[in-house]
Amino acid sequence: MLTNLFVSLMANFQALVFFMLAIITVIAALRVITSRDPVHAALFLVLIFFSTAGIWMLMEAEFLALTLVLVYVGAVMVLFLFVVMMLDINLERLREGFWRWFPFGAALAVVMVVEMVWVLGNEQTAKTGEHVAKHAANYSNTKELGRLIYTDYVYAFELAAVILLVAIVAAIALAFRRRGGTKRQDSEKQVAVKRADRIRLVSVSPEKRGE
Amino acid sequence: MEAQILHLFQWFWSLFGLWDLLWGVIEPIWPMLWILIKIVAIVAPLMIGVAYLTYAERKILAYMQVRVGPNRVGYYGLLQPIVDGVKLLFKELIVPIRSNKFLFAISPVLVLAPALAAWAVIPFSNGVVLANVNAGMLYILSMTSIGVYGVIIAGWASNSKYAFLGSMRSAAQMVSYELPMGFALVCVLMAAQSMNLTDIVNGQQSKAGLFGWYLIPLFPMFVIYFISGVAETNRAPFDMAEGESEIVAGFHVEYSGMGFALFFLGEYANMILISALTSLFFLGGWLSPFHGWPLLGAATDWIPGIVWLLGKMFFILFMFLWFRATFPRYRYDQLMRLGWKILIPFTLLWVVVVAAWMQTPLWLW
Repeated sequence: MLTNLFVSLMANFQALVFFMLAIITVIAALRVITSRDPVHAALFLVLIFFSTAGIWMLMEAEFLALTLVLVYVGAVMVLFLFVVMMLDINLERLREGFWRWFPFGAALAVVMVVEMVWVLGNEQTAKTGEHVAKHAANYSNTKELGRLIYTDYVYAFELAAVILLVAIVAAIALAFRRRGGTKRQDSEKQVAVKRADRIRLVSVSPEKRGE
Repeated sequence: MEAQILHLFQWFWSLFGLWDLLWGVIEPIWPMLWILIKIVAIVAPLMIGVAYLTYAERKILAYMQVRVGPNRVGYYGLLQPIVDGVKLLFKELIVPIRSNKFLFAISPVLVLAPALAAWAVIPFSNGVVLANVNAGMLYILSMTSIGVYGVIIAGWASNSKYAFLGSMRSAAQMVSYELPMGFALVCVLMAAQSMNLTDIVNGQQSKAGLFGWYLIPLFPMFVIYFISGVAETNRAPFDMAEGESEIVAGFHVEYSGMGFALFFLGEYANMILISALTSLFFLGGWLSPFHGWPLLGAATDWIPGIVWLLGKMFFILFMFLWFRATFPRYRYDQLMRLGWKILIPFTLLWVVVVAAWMQTPLWLW
């Protein structure tokens, strides 16, 4: 009896894992917008990324899943938390206009839900009827992805790279300003210092007492 | 291996005549049980290794500073780490007032868990690995990159200025040094043409012994990877996150007892992990350095691969301890300058150099 239950569970193990991850994702997503503390909200966002990576892993997209963890969880959200922790956020002021803007936000949400239902609810567009073929054990998702973006989609890929570069340059140009009167250390100069630059040995002749 | 262990179990429980009953219960869960056994077989020696690494650190530092080190408990102080562990277990857990209780409790786990999870893809010998996945290198990178959360959350949840400063430093440091680490691994990935750790080690196999290792063509990357590894684990000379002299003990200043012990375990488990990775990526993993050499090669080929791997790991771990005894702590701006202005541009350049080199017939690896 117990064994049968277990066997049927293992047969649908993938479905079980998917639903667990999906439930975690949805709950965490709700907590991102409902938690009172911005740091908690950011940490729930981290949890979303992590469980989404798990879902992608189930779809055999291991490169994307691991990159999501590496880039978004490991780098982007760390910097995000870094900033959020140091900000002094006044929640009362943030909540002031809530009810005034609520109808606008609700309308937007309804539009988004309708769009999603429209696309995902239709078998033609969501392709729910299709079964993705399982790949052999030696199939490398990373290699296939690399081949595609450097051959078939090379222009789109390069374009995206250039846009990112422009964004980086723009962000630096916006944030970079020279303030007068700042004191800074130049490590090259510090390293290049010789003993003779700092120390001067003087031979002091001992004086006789009483002269 | 699996069949032999099962056979052993069968022999043992048949002595009591309980085997059939037992097998009826565990047969459906055996695959999971087998994985669990493998996990225990990895984690248990690792934890003992962590405990004795602290002993080795104290002893080696002591000898480097012309002291004796721990020598009271057991022969040559060999029971010292166990006594320390017991002491920490019995200490009172203190939670600071107005701290965030849940996050305060969970952050030591967040430091230790990724350090242990990364071991899933580490091969100990050809084929001896818990999960032989294709994207192993990427998995390692992402696991080591989420270890920073424990540190940040610990600093924030403690509700203490020192802890917070320590966690801020550590967050910036770990994010900065992940980049050169990643680029160094990109070079390894190009040389091996695979992200599978077993394939990476097998790619270093040749008749030339240690000249076939990626240490030779990627020597600058080896140095950079190791420097970044020291920075990632927050070890001296990059231990700004702790900085006893300026921020008392950094992010774990408010932790006592087992909470502190978990941070400690995490740091040392990470050190062992970095040493294992460095030996796999650059020092040929379980391969013999003399393989294919006249005389010496034939004389040493009987040594099992795990011995070579452990020897290489011990060497790297010794370097960690040696660094701590030798170098003074970096200043924070010097650390950032080293990461962003020297290591990252250099690794970017070397990626191009390796890519070009691999197109020429001069690439022998």
